[in-house]
Amino acid sequence: MPEKTPVSDILAGEAAPGCAKKDPILVADHVSRHFGGLTAVDVAHVEIPRGSITALIGPNGAGKTTLFNLLTGFDKPNTGTWTFDGQSLGGVPAFKVARRGMVRTFQLTKALSAMTVIENMRLGATGQGGENVFASVIRPLWRGREAEITEQAEGLLARFKLDTKRDDYAGSLSGGQRKLLEMARALMTRPKMIMLDEPMAGVNPALTQSLLEHILSLKDDGTTVLFVEHDMHMVNEIADWVIVMAEGKVVAEGPPSTVMNDQAVIDAYLGAHHDVDLGTIEGRLEVAEEMDSEAVREEAEEEAEAAGIPVEHATPDAEATPAKTPRKKPAAKDEVTP
Amino acid sequence: MDFNFIPLAFGEVFSPTTAAYALAAIGLAVHFGFAGLLNFGQAGFMALGGYAFAVTTVIFGLPVWMGFLMVIAVSVVFALILGIPTLRLRADYLSIVTIAAAEIVRLSVKTPEFSDVTGGSEGINGAGRVFNEATNPLPDGRWGVGVLTYSSAQWWLIIVGWAMVAIACLLVWLLTRSPWGRVLRGIREDEDAVRSLGKNVYQYKMQALIIGGVIGGFGGFLFILPRSLQPDNYGTQMTFFLYTILLLGGAATVFGPVLGSIIFWVVLSLSDGVLSLLVSNGWLPIATTQQGPIRFIIVGVALMLLVIFRPQGILGKKKEALFSA
Repeated sequence: MPEKTPVSDILAGEAAPGCAKKDPILVADHVSRHFGGLTAVDVAHVEIPRGSITALIGPNGAGKTTLFNLLTGFDKPNTGTWTFDGQSLGGVPAFKVARRGMVRTFQLTKALSAMTVIENMRLGATGQGGENVFASVIRPLWRGREAEITEQAEGLLARFKLDTKRDDYAGSLSGGQRKLLEMARALMTRPKMIMLDEPMAGVNPALTQSLLEHILSLKDDGTTVLFVEHDMHMVNEIADWVIVMAEGKVVAEGPPSTVMNDQAVIDAYLGAHHDVDLGTIEGRLEVAEEMDSEAVREEAEEEAEAAGIPVEHATPDAEATPAKTPRKKPAAKDEVTP
Repeated sequence: MDFNFIPLAFGEVFSPTTAAYALAAIGLAVHFGFAGLLNFGQAGFMALGGYAFAVTTVIFGLPVWMGFLMVIAVSVVFALILGIPTLRLRADYLSIVTIAAAEIVRLSVKTPEFSDVTGGSEGINGAGRVFNEATNPLPDGRWGVGVLTYSSAQWWLIIVGWAMVAIACLLVWLLTRSPWGRVLRGIREDEDAVRSLGKNVYQYKMQALIIGGVIGGFGGFLFILPRSLQPDNYGTQMTFFLYTILLLGGAATVFGPVLGSIIFWVVLSLSDGVLSLLVSNGWLPIATTQQGPIRFIIVGVALMLLVIFRPQGILGKKKEALFSA
């Protein structure tokens, strides 16, 4: 099991959301993406440390995949700039992002099932002149490179234990094998940074351990890894650094051991008021107080008045109110009156 | 009883019209079969190819090689016009735009405004004669067996037509077995996967649209040689015939379109012969005018059965079938 990168090698200052890194490979500023009224991503600043494994976690709908899409050019942000390896990537199309060394995989695996495993792999290779339409008709121009590519592909297939499937159609592979193939295919491009979107989703537990080892071996080769994952065991096991997103924002950062105990992370996953009973008006008033939100308070107070509970305006004394009146009561009264 | 329809149907195997459809279907195979581009306007490419040649050589009296250059130029321009706005969008948009564009082409060349150049709804006569006078090296005469006896000009057309089909097959074979063809097959299945590997998907799709379009344009050129150029030949029906041919032979194959075209025309010709035999002897209770439509009903049913039971076509591989996903 390789050593984790020590926190002191990653961090340039204090660990906080959007904190500076000693050697960031990817730096993003003010990246936001709105879908109608919904703000899917609104990241003020984030840095991904070079040569280490960074996990991006957060509850469903936190904007992790959207951020992936934005950074890799598969979606266009409403605002924001970001640089990869010192070069700006804003507005750069997806295929050019990949050529610069930032390659991604997809949450829903995109193995090309009507092509064989080896053809999938060859497709990932770079520098094949035979992909030019004019050069393609003259085989001697690309035969040499094709042999090199095939050798590289066979090496990777052996490493990912897919070499026995070399000539099978990718469509005949199991879900876990497809994940492996997609990762191996991405590595054919020899990326500087690989972005894995839920590499463990749907993978048979027997394959999990070998997949973890593959990801760790990427780091040994000097590749930066950024992955989205819901499996906290995996995050703990291999990540050097964890970035937590919730509601489109980065809410916490740190090494896995400390970030799991961070209040913001617990709030993001379990809800900030998981210990308060929101089924009661008192509970909601308490939340309103804490959030310092007029709108929530007014709403709760209106409800309380309707329910006949005395409310001392703008005081947190709601706890003292005796009855835990069910919400439905006024409606029931209305039914009786006529 | 007249059984001449049997050798005549056999003649369809190598007729210039079969070659013209095979050529246009090869172009469509590049679009739909290899690149996954749902082009429903191949008839438009054929019409433009036919008109480009006929207008250049018959109307303006320019040499035949200029006509060829015009076929290429016009097809490339049409592919660019179709591709630039639509190839960045989802696949279905291309099909809607192409079907409309092909109709626009057909209706535009028909308008009386352009009749000085395009012949209006009359079309253009004489492209075959001009081509034959300029290029035919065969001596005068008639050769052949029985009803399959053709003149020197007809033999020349057969030779030219099938030589063009052979060249197109060779070109498509070279292209599709190459890394370029591999990228195209990847795009057919999942554009985003290919994009994530650093390939310029838009550029590949445009190249495929142009190559298939130029081949289709030459299909149009070949189509007008044995007959006059009629704008109404290039309706949506022609595109659907091409799709039938393509799916019959195998969409993602090199020889599928050729085999498909041969089978299509032989079956049409045979069924016509059989039906007229049955009708003229009173064995089938339908009128002679209903014969033609019945043949196409048979073709339609055959196409449905084919897509359901053998979606990869006669020559295709089951695992590469386009309708499996």
